[in-house]
Formats: sequence, structure tokens, C-alpha cells
Amino acid sequence: MTMTRGDDPASVAGSATADAAGPAQARPRDRRSHVPGDGSATAAAVEQARKAMLHEVRSRKRTRIGADALMEALIAQGTDVLWSYPGGVILPIYDILGDYPEIRHILVRHEQGGAHAADGYARASGKVGVCMGTSGPGATNLVTGIATAQLDSVPMVAITGNVPNALIGKDAFQEIDITGITLPMTKHNYLVRNADDIPHVVAEAFYLASHGRPGPVHIDITKDALQQETTAEHPSLDDVIAGLPGFRPTLEGHPKQLKLAAKEVAAAQRPLILAGHGVLIADAVDELKAFAEKTQIPVAWTLLGIGAMDEEHPLAYGYMGMHGWKHVNRAIQSADLLIAIGMRFDDRVTGSVRTYAPYARIIHADIDPAEIGKNVAVEVPIVGDAKHVLGGLTRLVHEVDPATRADYVAELAEWRADSEGSSWHGSGAWKDGLLSADFVVERIGELTNHTATYVADVGQNQMWLARYTKFRRPNSHVSSGGLGTMGFAVPAAMGAALGNPDVETWAIAGDGGFQMTSQELMTLAADHIPVKIAVLDNHKLGMIRQWQEIIYAGNYHSSHLPGPDFVKLAEAYGIPAFRATKTDEVDAVIRAAQAVDGPALIWFEIAEEQNVFPMMPAGKGLSDLIETWGAPEE
Amino acid sequence: MSTDPTANGNDPHPAHVTTPPPSRSLPGSGEAHRHILVVLVLDRPGVLNRVASLMRARSFNIDSLAVSRTDKEHISRMTLTLHGDDVAVEQAAKQLYRLVDVLKVQDVTEDQVVEHELALVKVRASDGNRAEVIKIVELYKGSIVDISAESVIVEAHGTEAEIDALVALLRSYGIKELVRTGATVMLRGAGSIEEALKL
Repeated sequence: MTMTRGDDPASVAGSATADAAGPAQARPRDRRSHVPGDGSATAAAVEQARKAMLHEVRSRKRTRIGADALMEALIAQGTDVLWSYPGGVILPIYDILGDYPEIRHILVRHEQGGAHAADGYARASGKVGVCMGTSGPGATNLVTGIATAQLDSVPMVAITGNVPNALIGKDAFQEIDITGITLPMTKHNYLVRNADDIPHVVAEAFYLASHGRPGPVHIDITKDALQQETTAEHPSLDDVIAGLPGFRPTLEGHPKQLKLAAKEVAAAQRPLILAGHGVLIADAVDELKAFAEKTQIPVAWTLLGIGAMDEEHPLAYGYMGMHGWKHVNRAIQSADLLIAIGMRFDDRVTGSVRTYAPYARIIHADIDPAEIGKNVAVEVPIVGDAKHVLGGLTRLVHEVDPATRADYVAELAEWRADSEGSSWHGSGAWKDGLLSADFVVERIGELTNHTATYVADVGQNQMWLARYTKFRRPNSHVSSGGLGTMGFAVPAAMGAALGNPDVETWAIAGDGGFQMTSQELMTLAADHIPVKIAVLDNHKLGMIRQWQEIIYAGNYHSSHLPGPDFVKLAEAYGIPAFRATKTDEVDAVIRAAQAVDGPALIWFEIAEEQNVFPMMPAGKGLSDLIETWGAPEE
Repeated sequence: MSTDPTANGNDPHPAHVTTPPPSRSLPGSGEAHRHILVVLVLDRPGVLNRVASLMRARSFNIDSLAVSRTDKEHISRMTLTLHGDDVAVEQAAKQLYRLVDVLKVQDVTEDQVVEHELALVKVRASDGNRAEVIKIVELYKGSIVDISAESVIVEAHGTEAEIDALVALLRSYGIKELVRTGATVMLRGAGSIEEALKL
């Protein structure tokens, strides 16, 4: 079969430049075959080739092997993209992969990139992301991505091959006990030695990954199991559920607890809602809005709760925690009731637990009972998912007249004006003529109408994005919150772009994180995945440098980070690239990147020594924020 | 820097709140006690590893662990003893429930239970003091299951505390080898943890 183009980077670049004038949305985004480099093919040609290929391969006479059972199972689960890298023991899969053009196979350049891409795909689409690697190093390379998904409750199925059954436990070539490694960092994992087990295991894995509190599930399959002939049938959903008697997530909050919670809400004078990732996962954005509006309670959010409420909504109050807004942390510290929905009182949210929210009673709703009472003591625990709990609570609470909250709301507004008016916010003029990072992320938000998917890396860039971009759509913000995985942005954005192809996808990374996974530039180019990358380059590991300045007396060991010419680097991969060093160049380069059909990179050379303020030093409380240049006395 | 919540003037005390702020730390007693957890699990590969790994990762110290089949097909039972305060142990139980293979976790510490543990103790005993050793063992309702010229093997069963007491007495004769199964427990009366399972 012939697709229209090879994966020659030069041709990708050429086409990108040629198409740059045309409308960015015009390019077909239909699912394409597993053949890389088909970026410029028209939808019709792709469809025709796909049909021809289907006809050709499906008429081929051969036995059904374990690898076929795997592909059938993935298709049955609705998988349309597989992020993967081949290797010795998973070659049986690659041998039949071409027979399944329903699945678009993306050849990543490193397994970690594949795992993050599956993660980003899942967060942007709400579907289960799927990545795959071979045994040994292929599997261990997936580990960082699996752990990232675990800490952030992202539905993912990671598949690895393992050595033949007879070699298991013999320290064979590329053998490692990968299920032993992933056991503590997955929701569940499997070692499959028999092809007949594949259909049931895959169905169970998808069910576990996407139900209850989501998370990654790992399936390790021996080469024998992939190659054996099998007639095993795919189980029904009922069979899957019956096989999991220990897995019965509670969705509905207990009526007695909901009543108690409603009573607390009625009695509170300074209530505050804390919205977490659970609101987005449970698709409870509308329920959150309805509850907040009926009770006239302002909403604060965690890092992963960003997007749970439109930031333009009058009751949207802001981002909390270590680098959250001062006014939000202040509201928490003076609240008399916190209504925490689908969040887990992480240490980056609470700081020192001893001094956290000293005047507040706490209602804590989470689908995972183990999260309740784990980090802070709460007055009203509710086990259930955000959608059901918020729906139930809204029915029970009385409508509140906005006038009764006038004083409280006015005080919060005053605090907000005070903290947003601080000199470091959005000035874009930080130190004469130098480019300010907060200005850059704010402009990216503005020029994309706040409708794109914005994928953060980790560190200062992540905090700037969270604070200044302004998020207006659920799931428009993707960030490695729990594990804090540098190198996340570019590969996760790659996944997000295919997970939600109807909007622009932006990766915002520092120069440090970007260099950890920059090999995926080739994947973006070869598969023509339209990610716009903003590298915020301060020639530093910025957050490390900030801590060294404030906490380690300016001992800047290993935080200065000389980097390459990022424009030349991108161009070497065939990706159009732009550079900005001044405030007045920012809008032009963003627009230029948007006009590119396909991936593009912008190198923002920002001020070298810009800090993210306010900052709560580790171990301190939410009231101990450092707000200005230079550290107060310890 | 002060850790007073009102530092920096950030947090005006809400006027209507008259009671002192509650402690936000976890309310556990802080006093570690011995707890006995009965854990019913699906008998699937790796389940022991999952339970052990979770307890290690969450910093719970297992004192003893006894595992066996039950009368129900595919279901195994673990009896786990550990030290911790009430909140810590409750958290351990909740974490165990996150394991897909775990069906039931019950803290039976406060319940009326039959608790038994089996111990084999190889004690130095020769013609001079063998009779003495046997007398002690009889007092504890144990038995001698092997005799050689220089040693005997004592089989003893009872609660952990009873076995601790016997072992302490035998120590003065010289213990050559000691093995204990760890506690196994069952609720007294007609109630059944297994039957309560809804499968």
C-alpha cells in the first residue's frame, strides 16, 4: 500500500511552511493508519487507503494468535491511538499491527514519551490512554509515565512484552521483573503467560482503569502468550464485573452524610469550596456550578482542579496552595467551612497541617475512602464521586440570597484586588526590557481565546501557567501535579492533541524539562501532530534556582543550565520555530506559531532570575507566604 | 518565621467564631496498640506480595502474618497483626481496600475472638534438666514432640502473650531454634466473616 509521503523531516517542514497561510483548522484530522508520515494526506485518500488495507489484510488467511486477541480487545474498548516503541519480544504484535488500521499507531522516540502521550490523551479526551513497550529497558522506560498517571489518577493501560515463559526468572536478555516494579505504582497489574487469558485481562484492565478512582493498569504479556494460537472469546461487561468482587466503588454519597453536610453549609458564614481533579474526572463541572450558585459560595481550586470552574465566573476565586494566590490561601485560613470535593489535601495544598485552616470545619467528599482522614482530620466525610455528591448536596441545601453574603464577598474581593494588583503580576516589564514569563503565558491564553489545551511541564513554568493563563474550559489544563514529572509537557501535549483534536494544543515548558524529552519533536514532525511548544528559557532550572536563592542562601549549584539554540534544534527536526526576547515580540511569534499547519516551537528567552511569588516554603503554613523579592528572616 | 495562623495579618479571626480553632492534625490517640486485622482476599497470583508491598510502602510495620485457604474456593484469609494507633490502623485498612483483590478487611481487636498461634521451640535439655523442661511445658498445655540426648522440641499453642510467656521461661535453658506461625483468629459465636461476604 502506498501512503502519500515518507517521514522525511524536510518535507514536513516544507509543507508546514507552504500551508502556513491557510486556515489552521482546515487540515483533516481523521484517524490515519499506522504508517508514519502521512500528515499531508487528504481525508479521502486516507480513508481509501485504509479500506484497501482492511480488505487486503482481513482476507489474508492466517491463524488468530494472542497478539490478535490483544488488538481486537483494544478496538473493542474504543482504543484509536496506540503510543508505542517496538522491541524483541513484542515483535509478534508489530507483525500483525498492520492488520488493524482502526488503531492509529504512533511510533514514539522513547517509551517515556509514549507513556506521557497516553496520559495526555486520556486527560484531554476522558478516554483510556494506551501505551506499549518491549521487555526490560522498554518497560522500565515506561515507569515514569505510569507513576505520573498513578499520582494524578489518570486512566491508562500500559502494555509490555516479556520474555518467553521458559525464560521467565532466568535473567534472560532484556528480562526484568516489571510487574514487581509496577505493582506499587499501578491500580492493578497482570502478568499474562497464556494467550487464552488476554481477552479477559484486557477487558478487566480497561474497566479498572476507568471506573472508581481512575488510574493506570499494567499488562505484561510473555512472548509465548502473544504468539500462541487462541480461540478465547471476549468477555461481556457483566463477566468482567463478576470477576472483580473486591471492586465496587461507591458513587452515591450516604444520605445521612449529605444531610450533615447540608446542615454545615446552612450554618456557615465564611464557606469556601475547594474543587479538585475529582470534579473534572467525574464530569461534575455543571454540578459544581449549580451548587456554588445556589449557595453563593466562592470556589477555589487545586492545581489539577483548574478548569473545574470557568475563571470568569463571578464565584471563581482562584488557585490555592504553595504558589497559589495569596487571597485564596487567606480565604482558606479564615474560612469557617471548607467544602472539599475530589481533592486530597496534598502537602502542596495544605503546607503544615497543624496550622491549616484553623477556624474551618471541613466537609470532605472523595470517591476513594482512603483519601478521607489521610492528611487532615475532617468533620463530615462523604464517600462518593463528585457528580453524585454535588448533585445530592445541591438538592438538600437552601438557596442563598447573594445579599446575605455581601460582606464576606466584598472582603474576599478586596483581598483579591490586593493580591492581583501586586507588582509581579502580568507586568511584562520585569527588569528593563527583559521578557517576563507571566506575560508570555498570559498572552498565550489571550491569543488562543482560552479555548486551547494547555499542557504544563514542571517547575516555575507550571506555576506561571496555572496562575496567569486563565482557564475557561474543563480539561483545558494538563499538568503533572502529583509526581511533578519534568519532561512531561511535550509528550503529554502530543497525546492531548490527538485526544482533543478540535482545539489547539500548547505545551509550555521550561528549558530544563523540555530537554528531558525533546526527542519527541521527531514524533510530532513525522506524524504531523499540531502541538505548539513554548519554551520558557531562562537558562536555569528556575524553581531550583529560586529555592537556592531563598532557602539555600544563594548557593546556585547545578541550577545554571546552558542550552542549545532551540530554533535550530526544532528546525533540525523539520519543525518551524520562532524566537522572542522582548515583550513587544510576543504576540507576533504566538500568532506565527498558530498559523503553522502542524507543530511549531517558540523560543522565549525570558529573564534569568524571575521568581514565582507568593511562595510557601516547604514545611511552613499557608499563612507563611513569602511575597517579595528576597527572603525574610527565618 | 512564626507559625501562628494569624501571622502576617493574613487571617483575621472570623468574628462569629468563639470557640478556639480545632486541631487540624489527625485525631488518633497517638498511642500504638496491637491490632489484629482479618483480610479476605481473592486467591490470585501476587496477592500476598500486593498486601505486603502496600504495608511496607505506607510505613505500617507488620508484626505477624498468617495466610491460608478458606473453605470458599478462590478465597484466602490473612491474619495480620500490627502496632499503631486507631487512626493509623484504620488508614491501613482503607489502603488495603484499594487493592482490587482484597474483599474484606476487619479489625477484630476489640471483638470476642479465639486467638491461636502455634510455636515449635527446640530447647537444650539433657538428663539433668529434661524433667524440669517437661514440667513447664505441661503447665502451658504444650507437648514434647521430639527428644534427643541434648534437646527437646516443644510444641505450644495459645495466644501470642501465652507463647511469649512460655518462650521467656524456656530461654533460661537455652533456645536452639524457634518458629511461630503468627496469630490466627476467629470470632466467637455464630457470626462469620466469610458468610458476611457479598460476592
